[in-house]
Amino acid sequence: MGVRIAGGEIVSWSEFFAMKGYAFYVWGSYGMALAVFLLEIFLVRQKRKNTLQQLRLMRQSGVEE
Amino acid sequence: MVIHWFKYSAPTNFYRLAGKLIPWFAIPSAILFVVGLYIGFFVAPTDAVQSEAYRIIFIHVPASILSMFIYMVMAFYAALGLVFNTRLSSMMASALAPTGALFAFLALWTGALWGKPMWGAYWVWDARLTSELILLFLYLGFIALQASIDDPRRADRAGALLAIVGSVNVPIIYFSVKWWNTLHQGSTIKFTGSSMHIAMQEAMFITLAACWMYVVAVSLVRVRSIILERESKTQWVSELPEVKS
Repeated sequence: MGVRIAGGEIVSWSEFFAMKGYAFYVWGSYGMALAVFLLEIFLVRQKRKNTLQQLRLMRQSGVEE
Repeated sequence: MVIHWFKYSAPTNFYRLAGKLIPWFAIPSAILFVVGLYIGFFVAPTDAVQSEAYRIIFIHVPASILSMFIYMVMAFYAALGLVFNTRLSSMMASALAPTGALFAFLALWTGALWGKPMWGAYWVWDARLTSELILLFLYLGFIALQASIDDPRRADRAGALLAIVGSVNVPIIYFSVKWWNTLHQGSTIKFTGSSMHIAMQEAMFITLAACWMYVVAVSLVRVRSIILERESKTQWVSELPEVKS
């Protein structure tokens, strides 16, 4: 199984992932970007969930009064 | 058609508008990331000088540009809030800061991983790198300062002053490669004919657009939570369907 890269050249996936020896730098960059984006998406959704939870509690205690 | 812009400066209306806008930025952002990185990795040719290491550019350049751009937008909103006392603009400034910090961090991280194979060092105290590091500290300072003040309106004003004073750093980052002898290269993209292969440019602009839409989507989600927190005692918040349920 190969992959066609720039210029129509066919290389194997392992060659592709090796990035001609620069794998650590290239995938280290994209890996960190992906990790940071996923973390931020998780955190903003968590914040929304917590805020809504807080508001529901406030509302409930307000209704009972 | 008349658009009533001021209508959306009210947190109530903006909360609803932002909720509708989020998917229109989030979904195109994901699509543009796939397209941009596909072109970047499978269409753009190997660089003659930097071999495959140059492919870091498709995340490094968008992260760097946006780290500066987000700061200017944040300082602009903070200044609006300070001058016109508009609550929503201050909330937007607060919502942008964490994402800006994240992009400044990514610019430094991807830059370090690019610097190592090309310059032989992860870090040098060079004008471009140092001023970008200061940008990260400005974001963190803004967040920490706002977090340390209990009264939200006072926190807005203090943060705004820091953001405005700190904005002097952005042109320093931008022009650092011209003003000083730095290890960092000058701009590759020039208005009058740049030296880059067309597919490389396409991939970079597409990932830049993807990152920008990501920033908008994630900041809108964050600003909605900030609006709810700040307006928690109002009638309209307690009557929202998501709060009632």
